[in-house]
Amino acid sequence: MADVSLTKLHKSFDRTEAVCGIDLEIADNEFVVLVGPSGCGKSTTLRMIAGLEEITKGDIRIGGELVNDVPPKDRDIAMVFQNYALYPHMTVFQNMSFGLRLRKYPKKEIQRRVEDAAEVLGISELLQRRPKQLSGGQRQRVAMGRAIVRNPRVFLFDEPLSNLDAKLRQQMRIEIKRVHQHLNTTTVYVTHDQVEAMTLADRVVVMNNGLIEQVGTPGELYHQPRTHFVAGFIGSPAMNFLDCKLERNSGNLEVKLGDMLTLQVPADRGSRYEPYVGRGLVFGIRPEHVHEKRAGEDAFAEVMVNFIEPLGMETMVYFTINGVELCGRVSPEADPRPGQTISLTIDIGKMHLIESETNLVL
Amino acid sequence: MTNIVRNNGALSALLGSKTSLHTNRRWALFASYACLIVFVIFFLCPPFYMLVTSLKTNAEIANLATNPWLIEQGITTEHYTHLLTETAFLTYFKNTVIVATFVVAITMVISVLAAYALSRLSFWGSGVIATGVFLVYLVPDSLLFIPLFKIVGGLGLLNSYWVLVLVYPTLTVPFCTWIMIGYFASIPKELDEAALIDGANHMQMLLKVFIPVALPGLIAATIFAFTVSWASFLYPLAFIYSDNQMVLTVGTVTTLIKGDVFHWGGLMAGALLAAAPPVILYAFLMDYYISGLTSGATKG
Ligand SMILES: Nc1ncnc2c1ncn2[C@@H]1O[C@H](COP(=O)(O)OP(=O)(O)O)[C@@H](O)[C@H]1O
Ligand SMILES: [Mg+2]
Repeated sequence: MADVSLTKLHKSFDRTEAVCGIDLEIADNEFVVLVGPSGCGKSTTLRMIAGLEEITKGDIRIGGELVNDVPPKDRDIAMVFQNYALYPHMTVFQNMSFGLRLRKYPKKEIQRRVEDAAEVLGISELLQRRPKQLSGGQRQRVAMGRAIVRNPRVFLFDEPLSNLDAKLRQQMRIEIKRVHQHLNTTTVYVTHDQVEAMTLADRVVVMNNGLIEQVGTPGELYHQPRTHFVAGFIGSPAMNFLDCKLERNSGNLEVKLGDMLTLQVPADRGSRYEPYVGRGLVFGIRPEHVHEKRAGEDAFAEVMVNFIEPLGMETMVYFTINGVELCGRVSPEADPRPGQTISLTIDIGKMHLIESETNLVL
Repeated sequence: MTNIVRNNGALSALLGSKTSLHTNRRWALFASYACLIVFVIFFLCPPFYMLVTSLKTNAEIANLATNPWLIEQGITTEHYTHLLTETAFLTYFKNTVIVATFVVAITMVISVLAAYALSRLSFWGSGVIATGVFLVYLVPDSLLFIPLFKIVGGLGLLNSYWVLVLVYPTLTVPFCTWIMIGYFASIPKELDEAALIDGANHMQMLLKVFIPVALPGLIAATIFAFTVSWASFLYPLAFIYSDNQMVLTVGTVTTLIKGDVFHWGGLMAGALLAAAPPVILYAFLMDYYISGLTSGATKG
């Protein structure tokens, strides 16, 4: 077990810069997820930690030891790939024991470790099969088994569940979490799927364009996004954004959305937003904080429903304000219909204001 | 089988037929077998003709009035006994086996190592070299044998079958390297990386991952190298003239064609015996030619 520390890490391929200087401290036993859109440099970062990609600039330390020039096999890490990368000509047992055999472990020890790992992953009956006789989920388990038997200091996962169907993905997500609770090995996990990131991580690292946008627990990212990008990326359906102006009206701050809509800023945010009066801002509110007007509440707007997404427990409604399509979440009892006009309310306490120039959440 | 089934689908789409899948499948099977039978007859004609001729007496072969496809005047093994006892056929055979064995071994070692280096260790100029290797193969040997004659003459190797062990790899190595580059390139990069993390060095990666995974390619390359070294005609004709150094292809012809006299029976017997080892080898290796071995390495 070990901590991992990245310092001013850079990686350029010929002309493109894939990772543009990131700093990250991953604690011992921690489960950290790197998440971000495709091409943002997650895999490159992970592969540099693995030693599969040379570092252009910066330092990587594992367990305090500088590993910039240490080859992958001496870093004491194990990696699980998206496409499993099982050796097709070997049985499951041989696949899982390959690393141990290369390291000349005694036969008994190899047997014991493989059987233990197979037990943990529920693949004990598959040990004599070949990869092509396995289903996708089973292959993924074998790939994890191959990582576990080595008992490495750090686990690296690169989108391990992307090739599985939704149901299996959820099962394997729980499986991975269970294995981590069992072994407590430091884990760096890469995914483009924010749900995976939120459910698995102790801490989530949101990346964009080769840079870290924000590091935090899933709750922090959800409730206190630091940038426009994080606010839009975390949460599903995504946060609604509307251009707005902040104005002062007889001592109170007001958010003006176009000509028609005005919202009172909660009193406790007053001092925070005070310096931005008159500037171009973006108003953000999550769909789950936009709902049907209930008795005793003030309506935020009367809108016409474009279309609906009934999800059983709740119904998502899509509507247009100022030419922007927005989403809200109403209870199924409200029974909205496309074309119908409904009154919506906003949990104003959950609003965010983003400065357009810097893209920072205020 | 899968091909037939797939053809069937394509066929019904093509015909837009309303017949059931079952009838369609029967029809496709029938068509496939009909094509295959025509093919088999076409390709079995020459060997059959050789066999028939090699078992005829000289008198019957010479008699133009007889049916060339049938033995009408009794079977004889005189051509085989003659070949094996009164000519140097067995010496040719031994020499050919030695040459082929060495050429295959040398070719496979060089081309597997070269292909690994060219497909995986991206070094300066590796792309150019990979293309160059293939271009070299395109130069016809009929252009090369005169300069090669000067070279091997200078090395003092003329008129020895070892010259063939030296020269044949110039034909086989480029082509086999090219085949192996293709096979190695189809192995997903993650497989090397997994092996690298598992602790394999380059030699272990080659021996324990690449060669087993690319076995079908390895066998294809082996068959090619064997065929070239077994059946080549021009180089032995140019470089070897003593009977005790000669190989099968040229040896059989020079022994059994004296001036304008063709010993047809003996020629056919010799050709049949010379063709037997490759046929047996192919049949044996085909069992191991399990294609699709790589499936299952990554997502299906
Ligand atoms: N081997 C490579 N050569 C050139 N560019 C690469 C290479 N690998 C990745 N890149 C580039 O680096 C950027 C980040 O890639 P990657 O880390 O794979 O993104 P992702 O976040 O989707 O995993 C991309 O723009 C990609 O095109
Ligand atoms: Mg990636």
